[in-house]
Amino acid sequence: MKGNEVIAEAAIRCGCDGYFGYPITPQSEVMETLMLRKPWEETGMVVLQAESEVAAINMVYGAAACGKKVMTSSSSPGISLKQEGITYLAGAELPCLVVDVVRGGPGLGTIQPAQSDYFQATKGGGHGDYHLIVLAPASVQEMNDFVDLGFELAFKYRNPAMILSDGVIGQMMEKVELSPYKPRWTDEEIEKISGSWALRGKKNRKRNIVTSLELDSYGQEKFNLKLQAKYREIEAKEVRYEEIACEDADYVLVAYGSSARICQKTVKLAREQGIKLGLFRPITLYPFPTEAITKLAGRVKGMLSVEMSAGQMVYDVRLAVNGKVKVEHYGRLGGVIHAPEEVLEGFKSAFGL
Amino acid sequence: MSHIQDITKPEHLVYRKTPLLTDNIMHYCPGCTHGVVHKLVGEVIEELNIQDQAIGVSPVGCSVLAYNYLDIDWAQAAHGRAPAVATGISRLHPEKYVFTYQGDGDLASIGCAEIMHACSRGENIVVIFINNAIYGMTGGQMAPTTLLGQVTATTPYGRDPKLNGFPMKITELLAQLDGTCYVTRQSADTPGAVRKAKNAIKKAFQNTRLRKGTSFVEIVGTCNSGWKMTPVDANTWMRENMFPKYPLGDIKDI
Repeated sequence: MKGNEVIAEAAIRCGCDGYFGYPITPQSEVMETLMLRKPWEETGMVVLQAESEVAAINMVYGAAACGKKVMTSSSSPGISLKQEGITYLAGAELPCLVVDVVRGGPGLGTIQPAQSDYFQATKGGGHGDYHLIVLAPASVQEMNDFVDLGFELAFKYRNPAMILSDGVIGQMMEKVELSPYKPRWTDEEIEKISGSWALRGKKNRKRNIVTSLELDSYGQEKFNLKLQAKYREIEAKEVRYEEIACEDADYVLVAYGSSARICQKTVKLAREQGIKLGLFRPITLYPFPTEAITKLAGRVKGMLSVEMSAGQMVYDVRLAVNGKVKVEHYGRLGGVIHAPEEVLEGFKSAFGL
Repeated sequence: MSHIQDITKPEHLVYRKTPLLTDNIMHYCPGCTHGVVHKLVGEVIEELNIQDQAIGVSPVGCSVLAYNYLDIDWAQAAHGRAPAVATGISRLHPEKYVFTYQGDGDLASIGCAEIMHACSRGENIVVIFINNAIYGMTGGQMAPTTLLGQVTATTPYGRDPKLNGFPMKITELLAQLDGTCYVTRQSADTPGAVRKAKNAIKKAFQNTRLRKGTSFVEIVGTCNSGWKMTPVDANTWMRENMFPKYPLGDIKDI
């Protein structure tokens, strides 16, 4: 199946209550698949085409405020439009899932795959001190798996989660093992999980108010400190990554998503030439696997961050390495996908090999 | 002469504050229309006995804190996005009474797309639209509904159509859309007008019960602080200037 189609299928199967979207290449198949599948007849899941990305994310805000499992998907220019809603969601501590199938920018850019929205995804994206929980799938299988995981983490921490994919993973067809069906949460389950804050009609309790407004600066500071404590907990508990051929590596490539897939081949090519190269793949981009990279930096001679961008994750790698070894970046821009051989050449020239 | 204890006996009670209104002190300026309309919404929700099924969506603007005053569940929306937020709530809670409460800047300017499309889809919601022809909260700037010649903080020489365009009759526009079932314009400046406005709000909520589509109630109101007038002068100015441009009455009722 196609990565984007799998997002739709996984949403239905994981008991998602609602999807609100707006067409944009290269992710339109998500909503198209949902509309074709008619999940409202099968599970009761609501699917609605909004008039804009702005409206779609605000529909997500309203539906998430009811304690429901809801999501949207888009691609880079559309995600820029959604930033207003995303910061309100983070500020109101609402769980939801946002899927970003990244294309090349800036501006209208290109419809080809890119990884140039790492900063936007991992550093907040909208205004204010907040983070999304960001998962980076490197396969169609992970597109499936991360829908459920994204919702799980979003509700665990009452924070929006994002699947940061790209045009490669979204459009690529691979074999996938779909998750078994989970029923949508019942009213009783929602009451148990989110009853203390969700809008369900005031009955035998104080009214619930979903807002991100606090006019008192000291109150706003207190709230921000609470958010920060939540992020520290996420950083301590939710880091996910994969190490490939790192045990004996002299050098390590750091790459996520489709770039990590390409780099797997680069590692193979390098090892055929006698170069002990490994691959470190962050699965969560926020929280970033800082500690694991710090440890790795003690055992290798250098690291190369390989991204389909001008180098964004490389800053986080450098912070983790903290000057211990040389960290460089390699990547093609604007929708051009680097080949494994190009990465190998880039690696060799960066480290004078 | 009656003693005060006699006058306040329950059997002499002719009026009481709806318990839907909280005891929080309202932040609205004296003379503002919001307080009256909040009360009407509260009374309607009480009379229809839907307190446990009503969910409000407050805007950005003076009524951003509406959730402090009505004792129901509320979501606070981003500027102009209340109809989209209400869509999300209503689609996931089709049995609930979902309403937005928005001002003219929020609804007719920055939220023009959201209100148009919510009405076009015929979302089963109520929209309470307070039109006082000015941005109150930010200090009295021009709104889409500001009248020609009207002086505001950003039209210090009066609204000039060459520079600022024309006042927008958004309510008439929305009445053109197939998704709206009830579109009306009311005021709250006299006891009679207040009663009419309350009936309109009640009808709107009843339409939600009947799943008829979007009900839209505009209330032409005053912003005496923004207009730099006394409350009495503001009411007079509203009658003389706002009502001719924004005539009261039902525009659509199907």
